[in-house]
Amino acid sequence: MSATDIDPSAPILEVRNLVKEFPIKSKGVVRRTVGSVQAVSGVDFAIRPGHTLGLVGESGCGKTTTSRAILHLQPANSGQVLFQGRDVTRMSRTELRRMRRDMQIVFQDPYASLNPRITVSEIIAEPLKIHGLYEPDGRAQVADLMARVGLNPEHGNRYPHEFSGGQRQRIGIARALALKPKVLVLDEPVSALDVSIQAGVINLLEDLQDELGLAYLFVAHDLSVVRHIADEVAVMYLGKIVEIAQTTELFEHSQHPYTKALISAIPIPDPRRERERERILVEGDVPSPADPPSGCRFRTRCPLRPTLPEGDQARCSGEEPTLIGRGRGDAHRVACHFAGAND
Amino acid sequence: MSEYSRLSTESEVLLAVDNLTVDFPTADGVVKAVRGVSYNLRAGEVLGIVGESGSGKSVSSMAVMGLLPKSAQIRGSISFRGEELLGRTEKEFMQLRGSKIAMIFQDPMTSLNPVYKIGFQLAEAVLAHHDIGREAARKRALELLEIVGIPFPERRIDQYPHEFSGGMRQRVVIAIAMANNPDVIIADEPTTALDVTVQAQVLEALRSAQRETGAAMVLITHDLGVVAGQADRVLVMYAGKPVEIGGVDEIYYEPRMPYTLGLLGSLPRLDADRAERLTPIQGSPPSLLSLPPGCPFVPRCPLAKPTCDEQEPELVPTGEPGHYAACHFSASLIGKRADEVFAVTAADAALPASYGAEIEGVTGQVTAIPEQPKAEQSE
Repeated sequence: MSATDIDPSAPILEVRNLVKEFPIKSKGVVRRTVGSVQAVSGVDFAIRPGHTLGLVGESGCGKTTTSRAILHLQPANSGQVLFQGRDVTRMSRTELRRMRRDMQIVFQDPYASLNPRITVSEIIAEPLKIHGLYEPDGRAQVADLMARVGLNPEHGNRYPHEFSGGQRQRIGIARALALKPKVLVLDEPVSALDVSIQAGVINLLEDLQDELGLAYLFVAHDLSVVRHIADEVAVMYLGKIVEIAQTTELFEHSQHPYTKALISAIPIPDPRRERERERILVEGDVPSPADPPSGCRFRTRCPLRPTLPEGDQARCSGEEPTLIGRGRGDAHRVACHFAGAND
Repeated sequence: MSEYSRLSTESEVLLAVDNLTVDFPTADGVVKAVRGVSYNLRAGEVLGIVGESGSGKSVSSMAVMGLLPKSAQIRGSISFRGEELLGRTEKEFMQLRGSKIAMIFQDPMTSLNPVYKIGFQLAEAVLAHHDIGREAARKRALELLEIVGIPFPERRIDQYPHEFSGGMRQRVVIAIAMANNPDVIIADEPTTALDVTVQAQVLEALRSAQRETGAAMVLITHDLGVVAGQADRVLVMYAGKPVEIGGVDEIYYEPRMPYTLGLLGSLPRLDADRAERLTPIQGSPPSLLSLPPGCPFVPRCPLAKPTCDEQEPELVPTGEPGHYAACHFSASLIGKRADEVFAVTAADAALPASYGAEIEGVTGQVTAIPEQPKAEQSE
């Protein structure tokens, strides 16, 4: 969990220039493809073993699509997903199946992601059986997994509906852990839970990472949660990463106007601070990804742009900013022509 | 009227809820959704009602608006400017709704009618309570859209709800709520379905709505961050009952009910040390079908003693003006931090003992799970 120690080991998961498009179909019977939406347009990042990358952004920014493309649940259109140096996007079915032992996903909705017709033991045993790893002592394996995620192993023959939301999410985590993966993709794992329950699941994820050395891709819209759990954070906007940095660096020295606005928009449960805080208000809504703005995708809502001289404003709409290292080393990368201009 | 709702008398009491209870008879028994809620809402103030899912915060507000189904058994008293609302007919309620008391619902997708233009729906709200011409109503509609910060209101007014984004729709709903300058606005999770940057916009719109109309507001939410920035007073609900009420500062800085303290401790917050562990509250809220006697928080409470099982605590003054807490041991929480009271743990408590009994076919003893032996944390 400690964010500061430099791990020399190579990344376990690396994503390079990942692109995922969805076709737009015409209305009517024929449903021809009339265009496409680029949900993810060129995303790069890397995760080292035992570390957590937080992927944040608002709805429709492509964070969930990214996580699914990584697992090849929705194959990417282009780009590479390197798991231990091997490209997931080019794997055969057999290779994919082998890869999925090492890379598992926990879904957002603990109500929809568990089969209501089978018992919890069967749910957790399922991945073991599929991969032929359900040994004669399988029951003990399952009981061990349940205990590991903080559930009472005696409840194994109950059905999902008999559990609360937080407990169901723990079942989902136990199922993901069954194959002893190295990477867990967590797609909004706590956003459906009440706060008092959410905290327990966050603590559990932290403990599991420490015990098992797992790497997490933690996808979420809640920046407070991501700040708490992630070592590094990538902020997405309309299919692109606009800023990526070590967590403390990102929250204390954010440079992209969108990141700044996001952080300032989060309410803090502290009345005195809330009263004194000045918010950076972002105007309008996220534009449609089917027709993203030219140049910088954030320029239509950017609070920084109106303060710039006209020539600079033209650059925002004419030239797309690339994600480049700024200031404090290459680890902090920002996609903005004028990042930090008003600091 | 109970003592704690009578305490301060700075401005006129608009809405007085006294010992409100709501029961829903179901096939499995009576669900006691609200079990004695009392509060006073004064002119111009914002009262935040917080609680987790199923704590009764929405149901108690629906009762105020007269929007509960007929099967609901409502007792107690709800008075608006001294007039009793309970027992009114639907017709009498309709005169009040939208004109004196307005409501903003969580889901802006379903609170607007998809087949009518925005302008029509705004004008409809105005015309329902005022005898003015169509033109004047449209003018008022434009004005309202401007107040809540809809860009290009002249063009937007003739569009349909599907042409608006979620945040814009919620702003339209706020505009409708303020159309008749209500005295009280009840906002039920107004920003829950929205992204943070849009949430900030909508909260801004809510603030301007309140400024324009001078209305008092009941803000119902599960988000302690939103309440901190908006509310003057806070009411914390648990299992259908208020467990703590007080000024926003007292509730956040000196909570006197373990549940409130636990909620605050389980929040990851932007201003906290990142290495600090969260302190979850063990277990889950009780079923409102079969509440055991005593404090409903007992199964999750680290301070629980035998007295707590026997007697349900009432709201009692904590010593600070206007601050009341329902805990037998609230004095022992003075100056305590959440991690001093709640265990820093990742384990889920076993299902509450009463849980298995509700489920058909589940037999056998439900035992508490022993804490998993864990390697010492270096942090």
